[in-house]
Amino acid sequence: MQISLSHFLAVGALLFAFGIVTVATRRNAVGVLMGVELILNGANVNFVAFNRYVGSAGTQTFDAIGGQVFSLFVIVLAAAEAAVGLAIVLAIFQTFKSIDVRSADLMRE
Amino acid sequence: MHETARELGQIAVTHASYLWLIPFFPILGATINALIGWKLQKVFGKKIVHRIAITAMFAAFAVAVRAYWQLLHLDPEHRFLQDTLWNLLTAGRLTVDLSFALDPLSMMMVLVITGIGSLIHVFSIGYMADEPSYWRYFSYLNLFVFAMLLLVMGDNFAVMFFGWEGVGLASYLLISFWHADAEKAKAGMKAFVANRFGDFGFLAGLFLLFWTLGGTWMPRPQGSPNPRYGTTVELRGQAVDTRPIASAANAAQSAALAPMVDGVKVGPTMNFRELRDQVVIEATGVKEHLVGATIWGIPVLMLVGILLFVGAMGKSAQIPLYVWLPDAMAGPTPVSALIHAATMVTAGVYMVARLNFLFALSPSAMGWVALIGAVTAIFAASIGFFQYDIKKVLAYSTVSQLGFMFIGVGVGAYWAGVYHLLTHAFFKATLFLGSGSVILGCHHEQDMRKMGGLKKYMPVTRWTYLAACWAIAGFPWMNGFYSKDEILWKAFTSGHLALFGHPTPWLGPVIYLVGIVAATGTSFYMFRSYYMTFTGEYRGGAGHHDEHNEDPHSAGATAMSAASVSVHASNGAAHLDHGTHGHPAPTAAHAVTAHDDAAHAGGHGHHGGTPHESPWNMTVVLSVLALGSFATLFIGLPAAWTHHAPILEHWLEPVLTAEVPFVEKPHWMEYAFQGLGVLAGTVGWFFAMLLFKDGKSTVPAALKERFLGLWTVVYNKYYVDEAYARVVYKPATAFAGACSWFDSNVIDRVVLLVGAITRAFANLDGAIDKYIVDGVVNAVANGTAGLGRSLRTLQTGRVQTYLYGALGGALVVVLLNFLIK
Repeated sequence: MQISLSHFLAVGALLFAFGIVTVATRRNAVGVLMGVELILNGANVNFVAFNRYVGSAGTQTFDAIGGQVFSLFVIVLAAAEAAVGLAIVLAIFQTFKSIDVRSADLMRE
Repeated sequence: MHETARELGQIAVTHASYLWLIPFFPILGATINALIGWKLQKVFGKKIVHRIAITAMFAAFAVAVRAYWQLLHLDPEHRFLQDTLWNLLTAGRLTVDLSFALDPLSMMMVLVITGIGSLIHVFSIGYMADEPSYWRYFSYLNLFVFAMLLLVMGDNFAVMFFGWEGVGLASYLLISFWHADAEKAKAGMKAFVANRFGDFGFLAGLFLLFWTLGGTWMPRPQGSPNPRYGTTVELRGQAVDTRPIASAANAAQSAALAPMVDGVKVGPTMNFRELRDQVVIEATGVKEHLVGATIWGIPVLMLVGILLFVGAMGKSAQIPLYVWLPDAMAGPTPVSALIHAATMVTAGVYMVARLNFLFALSPSAMGWVALIGAVTAIFAASIGFFQYDIKKVLAYSTVSQLGFMFIGVGVGAYWAGVYHLLTHAFFKATLFLGSGSVILGCHHEQDMRKMGGLKKYMPVTRWTYLAACWAIAGFPWMNGFYSKDEILWKAFTSGHLALFGHPTPWLGPVIYLVGIVAATGTSFYMFRSYYMTFTGEYRGGAGHHDEHNEDPHSAGATAMSAASVSVHASNGAAHLDHGTHGHPAPTAAHAVTAHDDAAHAGGHGHHGGTPHESPWNMTVVLSVLALGSFATLFIGLPAAWTHHAPILEHWLEPVLTAEVPFVEKPHWMEYAFQGLGVLAGTVGWFFAMLLFKDGKSTVPAALKERFLGLWTVVYNKYYVDEAYARVVYKPATAFAGACSWFDSNVIDRVVLLVGAITRAFANLDGAIDKYIVDGVVNAVANGTAGLGRSLRTLQTGRVQTYLYGALGGALVVVLLNFLIK
């Protein structure tokens, strides 16, 4: 069975969907961050796949590796985001003695 | 007397830039004394006050003499000096300048005003020596002269009218000079109000004349009774544009707009010279236009003449507006002299003489003037017969003499009327100042029954008074004869007069007859006053205050006595210590004054004292004026004696251009009439001597008993004042009362009703504002707040809820993407 672009896209979409569901349903703030990682990685899969199947058609050097470079940026961004997010989670925990995202609703009023 | 018709041309104007100084000096003096006079008087004494005033007067006189000199050296036909100061207003073709002009007529008036005015100022030093408000008096006096100078020197009606009103104001101020006395304050108001009536006539005549000169220039179409109004007219074959043009910014532009015929400006004007030029120069056709103009079928010129004469009636005290003049005696005596001799009352005569070219065009207006003059002459003379107050006699004699002047200017003998004005100025000033001297000498007594025998005590006053009596009675050795005789002779020979459009050749002789009777009466009452005052035994003495109630005229005399601090010292200025005596409380002040006098005058009792001659500055003035009454006879010697025109007539000829036809009579007749005039004077003198000399005759008293009813009527001045009270005053007050009732009961109620309605509307409006407008605003605000409150619940603060929202939105976008495609 030839693995085509659609397979990659399906994996990326699944990852994205799982990420969304995780972000939307998890009450644990760490779980929510994990969901975000899933979403980002779903996007990464798409970047790499599109680079492999569509981007190499170009003649420029950047066209050949643009998707990979972007996915690397996203991985770095995700690491930084996780660090900041975990720091916020820590701060929330210190304030509310809980990491339940529903408890941090002070700005509602 | 007029020779063949001359061809009259335009007057050439000579500019004299110093003319403004003549009125300027008196107004300067008046201003200084009015503003800082009280302080000067306090610091430097009274001398400084009268020095300012009199210096101003003599300066004005000097400038006037200078102007006279210049005028004398001009060509007689073009004796006209003009001095324009600045432009007062410009509107369309009308320009009004503040400018002064001197022609022979106004020159004569200016010399009389400043000359005799100066003498009266000098006389006032002695007369008013004990007046506390000395500065106020001299300020008013200067103001009076200023106003009169404006009146006679004004180059146009506007300046003349300013002076015309100014003398009204000044006379009001001076007549009610002792304003603390209600009687005197009322007399001032009376003068002012009576003059307002006259001023109304003057203004109406002026406007009518102005209106007639403009607009209606179209020649009449055949068969149409009224002139047609048009924008262009033909005068003597030249098209003249008379469209009203409103865009003239200055006098030069305005003059350029004025329509011209043969180089003469025609159309409405305020300027005397322009008016005179366009009327007397036949080529302009203005004369024909004026004569032909009618309004509602009445000749306009007659109306103009009559209305202008109504103005003269007020100022010059003719029937029926003469009533203010006798009451004007409430003022200080030199003021009476000023009003009667040099200023004010001559204004009317002057005005008629100045507009002689207009009056001469309307025999009806002239007949009206002459008739009123004659009636006034005899009416006032008859009142003068029975007055006891010396000043009242003189007042009525002035009214009567003014009547003579109006006979003169009315029948067309303009120069004679003006000459009588001049001679009257001299002898009436002498008489008034003489009476002032008598009043002062008798310790402010005005009742002739309390006088008598004064010739022993006051020789100078006596001789000057007698000389003036000769003059007014018409004896050939004094000036009055020549003017009065000329007037009466001209009245007799005038055959052209008309009344309301109907020719009345009989009017002249009738006026002559009335005049000669009035002249006899004049002689009688003047010599009566002379004999009662100066001959017989001195009847003054203590206790005359009790008798004042008998005399309805002497209400003022009581207050005068209160003011009578001693004035017998040689120079009144030494009496500053009396300066504190006020006038407000006659009786209370009186006792104090009498006491002071006894101490001060060294045994001179207040009322029991003998009369005394006045200080030298007063007697000198009297002598100068009496001499003037003699000297001025030479400028009016009749043509029948010298075979050439009198000097004054010749002098005035360029101004008095009106050509009035007189019936030619033989010379012997003129001589006979002069003899009749002297006879009239002699008859009056004879009867006065018979009845009143030395106060011994009992005939007057017997006659008074016999004709008591008649006597009472005449003594009370024919009840004219009472008639005025009934005819004018009562209806006027009733009307005012009705107006007041109407005001408080109708107008006020209407106003209140309107107020109530407005309030109701306001309340309604307030309710609308409160419940509807505000309600809408509140509803919007409440709605917004409620919406905000409900929308707030959308913000839960839970991140996942927002995410659902975002996902939902994305879902919708995606679905729409499919659907719309």
